[in-house]
Amino acid sequence: MRTIPLINVEDLSFTYSGASASSLQNINLRVDRGEFVILTGLSGCGKTTLCRCLNGLIPHFYPGQLTGKIEVAGLDVQHRQPHELARYVGLVFQNPENQLFSLTVERDLAFGPENIGLPRAETRRRVEEALHTLNFEQLRHRAPYELSGGQQQKVAIFAVLTMQPEVIILDEPTSFLDPKSAHEILELIHQLNREREKTIILVEHRLDLASQYADRVVVMDKGRIVLNGPPRRVYSEKAYLIGIGVPKLTLLFNRLRKDRLHVRGNPITVEEAYTRLVEAIARD
Amino acid sequence: MIEIDDLSFTFPNGYKALNGVDLTISDSEFIALMGENGAGKTTLIKHLNGLLKPTRGDVTVDGVNTKRASVASISRKVGLVFQNPDHQLFCETVREEVAFALRNFGHKEDVISKRVQWILQTLDLSQYADSSPFTLSGGERKRVALASVLAWDPKYIILDEPTIGQDYLQKDRLRNFLLQLTSQGKTVLIVTHDVEFVAECKPTIVLLSKGKVVGQGPSEEILTNPEVVDRCSLTLPQIAQLTRRLEPYGADKKIIDVYSAISEVKRLIRRHR
Amino acid sequence: MSMRVFEGFKFSKLPTPIHNMDPRAKFVMILAVAVAALLFSDILPLAVIFATVPPMTVLAKSSRRWAASMKGAAMLAAIIFIMNFITGSTLTYAVAMTLRFLTLVSSFSLFFMTTSPDDLGLALERLGMPYSLTFTFTTAVRLVPTIASDAQTVIDTQKSRGLELEKGNPLKRVRNYIPILIPLIVSAIRRSIELAEALESRGFGASEKREPLVVLKLRRTDLAVIAATIALFSLTLYVRFYVPLPVVESQIRMPKILPF
Repeated sequence: MRTIPLINVEDLSFTYSGASASSLQNINLRVDRGEFVILTGLSGCGKTTLCRCLNGLIPHFYPGQLTGKIEVAGLDVQHRQPHELARYVGLVFQNPENQLFSLTVERDLAFGPENIGLPRAETRRRVEEALHTLNFEQLRHRAPYELSGGQQQKVAIFAVLTMQPEVIILDEPTSFLDPKSAHEILELIHQLNREREKTIILVEHRLDLASQYADRVVVMDKGRIVLNGPPRRVYSEKAYLIGIGVPKLTLLFNRLRKDRLHVRGNPITVEEAYTRLVEAIARD
Repeated sequence: MIEIDDLSFTFPNGYKALNGVDLTISDSEFIALMGENGAGKTTLIKHLNGLLKPTRGDVTVDGVNTKRASVASISRKVGLVFQNPDHQLFCETVREEVAFALRNFGHKEDVISKRVQWILQTLDLSQYADSSPFTLSGGERKRVALASVLAWDPKYIILDEPTIGQDYLQKDRLRNFLLQLTSQGKTVLIVTHDVEFVAECKPTIVLLSKGKVVGQGPSEEILTNPEVVDRCSLTLPQIAQLTRRLEPYGADKKIIDVYSAISEVKRLIRRHR
Repeated sequence: MSMRVFEGFKFSKLPTPIHNMDPRAKFVMILAVAVAALLFSDILPLAVIFATVPPMTVLAKSSRRWAASMKGAAMLAAIIFIMNFITGSTLTYAVAMTLRFLTLVSSFSLFFMTTSPDDLGLALERLGMPYSLTFTFTTAVRLVPTIASDAQTVIDTQKSRGLELEKGNPLKRVRNYIPILIPLIVSAIRRSIELAEALESRGFGASEKREPLVVLKLRRTDLAVIAATIALFSLTLYVRFYVPLPVVESQIRMPKILPF
């Protein structure tokens, strides 16, 4: 029996107002509760446009011609305002600077719950829980712009989380971060997926960092979905032809196989690659 | 050659960003300046074209001390490409935008139009010559910013975080272009924390931490040293992590790029036959 | 006018009694000083009123910045002094007017140095201002350092492309600001679009009623300050209208060489 998907996009097409070409063409996408999906593709392929469709920014904030159906948590997105959808779908943006509004961390975490009209005690409870999970209790009165990039993104993620949405979409959240902070953010997102059953859609170019956490990778090209499946299956010849940054380990193995060496598997982590190579070395 | 001699810099608000940096940048070098956020990388590169003057110490560009020269005069030799193209675009057409610096430097109109045409072609922007830069995509705007600096053909080209937000193809193209520039005799310095990008083009690495140089050397040496890498909030490139794990099997842990790894793995497998 | 005068209006967080005061009580206090300065025109009372400001800045641990902002306002103060003197007023009157100006600048400077924009927004909200307006205000304040830093980056970028901001005739120098203004405005617009997107995505406007996490409460000390201020101000009013003050007036005037 098919479970009702948390996100159901059917035959979605969209053209920005005043644009000559469409940004999305016949998108069909189904995401089940608890899935971790990576959305990737070259710049301009439509990933960001698709994300905006899922939380209502399109068509309410960005007008244009939209056809097709978008359902999130049972709601028809097209007929709801983004601020209504905010408690079901959270969107975390690339630049931490432009999504933190308040002069203290505490108040930024409270901003979402305040907006949806929650009673003060409930807001306080959620803010305390967020500060505790992040271990940021000492930072509660600090101004967000005084924090490091990694800390800011953590606050941004939890500022969305305090509204308790079921789906969290993150649009290239690690772009501005150094590798160590990027890794911490991805681990945090992974935790939210595993421990709190949040459904995650992560837009990312850095597939070598993020693939290990994903149940599925969706590749877009020129407004269409061209590949959709588990990471190891998706990182095939076609992926190279599109030009996305397939993890180097997968690339390594594919080339070895082309040169007729007997290595098995499509590793996306160093651990996997190591195990497979040791196998191959020992076998011969 | 750019010589940085015991450079220290303190901001007007008292924050000491640079703490005695010593560095020599030779001709035709390809350098990656890396380090954690707040290490002082951007502050350092602003000293290289005179935007900032040292609080203590000296910066000398081809024999000229930056304390005694204007930004405009040093910029003829040192081209600085900033991170965000939107902080510079203001002209009605891409052509005008790219010509801006050339006009400021006093070149003649016929030289300017030739140079503009050449650089637009080199960076695959000719089709946009008469478009407004504001209508271009993010990646294209970044290329326009780069073109506007390369147009005056500076000897030293410095790029501040050129890979942020770029997809794989764009980075690949950028990497090839930078290598091409060095082969043409230019000196290229990039400020970056993109370890995977650096692992594939292998420039000399200068590691900056808390305003001091804490490491300097070939990529293969620096990026395979876990303590120094961790200290600067970086990670080992994935390939380096793998070759490090395979060391007990005879792997060379100094291999950091994919193509060398392919050869290395083949060697290991054949050796164990 | 030097940029340093703006330093005197920037908030910085310090644990002083003035900082901790409820913004409404603080405002009452500072408004009292400002209105008192406007009530008098003679040098003696104005000097007394002006003298109440430095101790408050010391209490707020902000005396150095206040002094810097006074230095920055010095030029404007000098203009006021000269204009008054040239138009035939006595020396003491010109000094009195200058003191009034400096008192007004100081008192408001003290207010903004010690009140966080967030608290100010909360105070305005409590006083009945619609949330959309108070939010606009606090966001604008929060963005000031960000935009200032953007401005510096734009200037750096264009200087690196050979733009000369110091040289040239006045007309050329004004034109040279176009490469600064346009990127700055475009960046500010892009930034505000991103902010608006983020606002929508965080449910801004989802509910009419809001229960803010932090609520301003007037404490006993705040009430005491308000009471004391009202008392002192009443006294000041009384002095102004009913008590003849010794007049300190020098007869030094400018000789009538100018037509006015």
